[in-house]
Amino acid sequence: MGRKALILGKVVLVTGVARRLGGRFVRRIQREPDVDRVIGVDAVAPEHQLGGADFVRADIRHPTIGKLLAEFGVDTVVHMDINGTPLGARGNRTSVKETNVIGTMQLLGACQKAPSVQRLVVKSSTSVYGSAPRDPAVFSETTPPKSLPSGGFAKDTVEVEGYVRGFARRRPDVAVCVLRFANILGPCADSPLAEYFALPVLPTVIGYDPRLQFVHEKDALEVLRIAASEPRRGTLNSGTFNIAGDGVLLLSQAARRLGRPTLPLLLPTLRWARTALRSLGITDFSPEQVRLLTHGRVVATTQMRETLGFDPGEHHRRRLRGLCAQPRSRAAPARDPRPYHRPARRTAARRSPEMRSAPPWRMPRSFRSVRNPGPGGRGCARAVRTGPRAR
Amino acid sequence: MKPVPQQRDEELEHHPETSAAAAPPPPPHPPKRASGGGDWERKLAHGLSFLRRRITGEYEVDDFGYDEDLTDQVLMSMLRPMYEKYFRVEVKGIENIPESGGALVVANHSGVLPLDGLMLQVAVHDNHPAQRHLRLLAADLVFVLPVINELARKAGHTLACSEDAQLLLERGEVVGVMPEGFKGIGKPFADRYKLQRFGRGGFVSTALRAGAPIVPCSIVGAEEIYPMVGNAKTLARLLGIPYFPVTPTFPLLGPLGAVPLPTKWTIQFGEPIPTDGHPPEAADDPMLMFNLTDQVRETIQHTLYKLLVQRRSVFF
Repeated sequence: MGRKALILGKVVLVTGVARRLGGRFVRRIQREPDVDRVIGVDAVAPEHQLGGADFVRADIRHPTIGKLLAEFGVDTVVHMDINGTPLGARGNRTSVKETNVIGTMQLLGACQKAPSVQRLVVKSSTSVYGSAPRDPAVFSETTPPKSLPSGGFAKDTVEVEGYVRGFARRRPDVAVCVLRFANILGPCADSPLAEYFALPVLPTVIGYDPRLQFVHEKDALEVLRIAASEPRRGTLNSGTFNIAGDGVLLLSQAARRLGRPTLPLLLPTLRWARTALRSLGITDFSPEQVRLLTHGRVVATTQMRETLGFDPGEHHRRRLRGLCAQPRSRAAPARDPRPYHRPARRTAARRSPEMRSAPPWRMPRSFRSVRNPGPGGRGCARAVRTGPRAR
Repeated sequence: MKPVPQQRDEELEHHPETSAAAAPPPPPHPPKRASGGGDWERKLAHGLSFLRRRITGEYEVDDFGYDEDLTDQVLMSMLRPMYEKYFRVEVKGIENIPESGGALVVANHSGVLPLDGLMLQVAVHDNHPAQRHLRLLAADLVFVLPVINELARKAGHTLACSEDAQLLLERGEVVGVMPEGFKGIGKPFADRYKLQRFGRGGFVSTALRAGAPIVPCSIVGAEEIYPMVGNAKTLARLLGIPYFPVTPTFPLLGPLGAVPLPTKWTIQFGEPIPTDGHPPEAADDPMLMFNLTDQVRETIQHTLYKLLVQRRSVFF
C-alpha cells in the first residue's frame, strides 16, 4: 500500500495517439491504478476517443515537446510514434521518416533535459535485424545482423535505437525499455504487413516461402503496459526485448489460412507490381518489405518470457487463429461470434454496409485514411480536454 | 458367409438373375477385394485429410520453417525410391543415435550434389526405432537459391552456423553436420574416401556447449555417384558457385549426364562420443577442441576404410 502511495501521481506521456493503436494504449493505461494522468501527443487530432486523457496537439519534431514534459511533470514517456506507414492518405514517406528519426531525436533531447522523466518505453520493430539468407534462422536480442537495412522504415528503427542507446548512456537514472515488435496484426493495426494481408490477392516471390511472426495488438498493448509500469517481482522491464507471439507461419500457410489466393511473381515483376499498386494508391510495400517477403524473419522471445515476464501463450494462438479463421467468401456474415470482432462492432454503425461485412482489420487503407485533419497549425501546443476523467 | 457389408447390396442385385452358376465365384473374390478396398479407402482418406490440411494451412512449422507434415508425407516419399531402389542403402548402427535428447551426427561429405545428406536423413527417419528426424545443417548457398531454400527449410534443414546448431541441440533435436563442406563435396574423384579438413572444428564446441553426444557417421557409396575428373573454375566463378564439376558424362551429355551412377551405399553410425563430462569452459579450450575433432575425424576415416574392405563391388 505504501508503495502505491509513493508512486501515486504518475504522469504518462504517450506519443502517436492519433493512430488507433496509440489511442487504445492511452485508454488502457488510464485504467492502471497507479497512473494519475495521461497526456496524448500527436501532430494531428485523433478521431477516436481518448477517454479521460489530455490530448495535446504537438509535433514531436519541434522543441515544444520539451516544454510539455516540464509543464506536466511527466515521469513516464511511451514513444509510439515510430511507424512504417504514413497516417492517412496525405502523408508521405519523407514526413514519416522525419517523425521517426527527427521526432525521436527531439523527444530524447527533451527527455534528457527533463529531470522528472524516470522511464522511457520505445516501440521499435524487429525490422532492425533486416532479412538476409545468410542470417541465422532465429535472431536473439544480441544477434548482430549480417546486412544492416539500407533504407526505409528498417533503417529508421536502427537509427532510432541508436539514439535511444545514446540517451540511455547519458541518463543512466532513466529505465529505458526498447520493445522490438514483430508484425502487429489486429483490428487497429496499421503495420505494412497488415495492409499487405488486406490485399485481395497476395503477391509473393517465386521460389521463396518466408517465415513470419506476428503479434496480436492486444498482446502488444499488454507488453507496452508492462513496460510502462513498475516491474513485477522477479521481472525486469528495462532493456531490449523481442516481442512476438508463439508460433511461426509460412507466408503460403498464412495465405491458406486466410483463404486468400497468392500470385507468385518473379522478384523484378514484384517490384513493378509494387510501383503499380503505389500509383493506384492501394498500398505500398517498401524494398525492405519485399526482402521480408523473400527471406522472412524469426526472433527468439526467451527474454520476453523470462525477463519481461510476458507469455502470450495460448491466448496468442487463439487470437491469431481468430484473425486467420476468416470466411472464404468476401461477403462474410455481419454477426460473427468471434471475440475479436467485439470491440470493432461498437463502431460498426459508422461504417458503410460493405465495410461492416468485412472484418475490420481487412479494411482497405483508402477507408481507414478518411480522417478530418482538424484545426490548428503544426507544432502548436494546445491542451484539449477530450472528456471527463474516467475515474 | 459374406463378411463384408458393402458387398450385400451388390449381392442382392445379382441374386435374382443368378441362381446357381454365378453363386460359387463370389466367395473367393469378396475377401480379396475387401482387404484391398479397405486399404485403398484408408489410403484415400489419409491422402484427403493431408490435402485438406494443406489447403486450409492447418499444420505447424517450427521456428526454422520445418514442416514435419510435408516432410513425412511428401518429401520423404519422393526420396524413398532413390534410397531403397536406386542406391539400396544399407544402414548399420542406427542404435548409436540416442532415443531422446540432442545429438550431433557428423558425417563425411561427397558426391558433387548433396545427395548423401538427403539419404542420411531418410536413413535416420526410416530406421530409427524412435523415428527421429535428422535436422541437417546446410551451406549458405542453399538458402540463397530460390525453390531450393524453400524446400530445404521445409525439410528441416537450416544454415550451418553455431547459433542455429546450438538452438536445435538445446531443443533436443538430432542435428546432422558435414564439416568438410564444399571441400568434401567438390573433391576430385581421385581423392575419394580421403577425408578433408574438418573446418575449424566449430561443431565440437557447439556440441560441448549443448552437452550433446557426437555420433560419427561414415557413408560409403556416395563418393562414386559422380566421378568428378575436372573442375571448371572460371565457369564456377561466373555462376557464383564454389565448383563446376566435369565428369565423364556431365557437360557432354547435358542433363542426362546429371544422372548419378547407381552405386550401392552403406551408412554406418559409430559409437557416440559423450561431451557432457567436460566443464562448461571446455568449449573455449582449443586443445580439447582439436583433440575431439581429430578423434571424430579418425573414427570416420577408419570406419570408411573398414567398410571399403568389406565391400564386394562399387555397384553391388
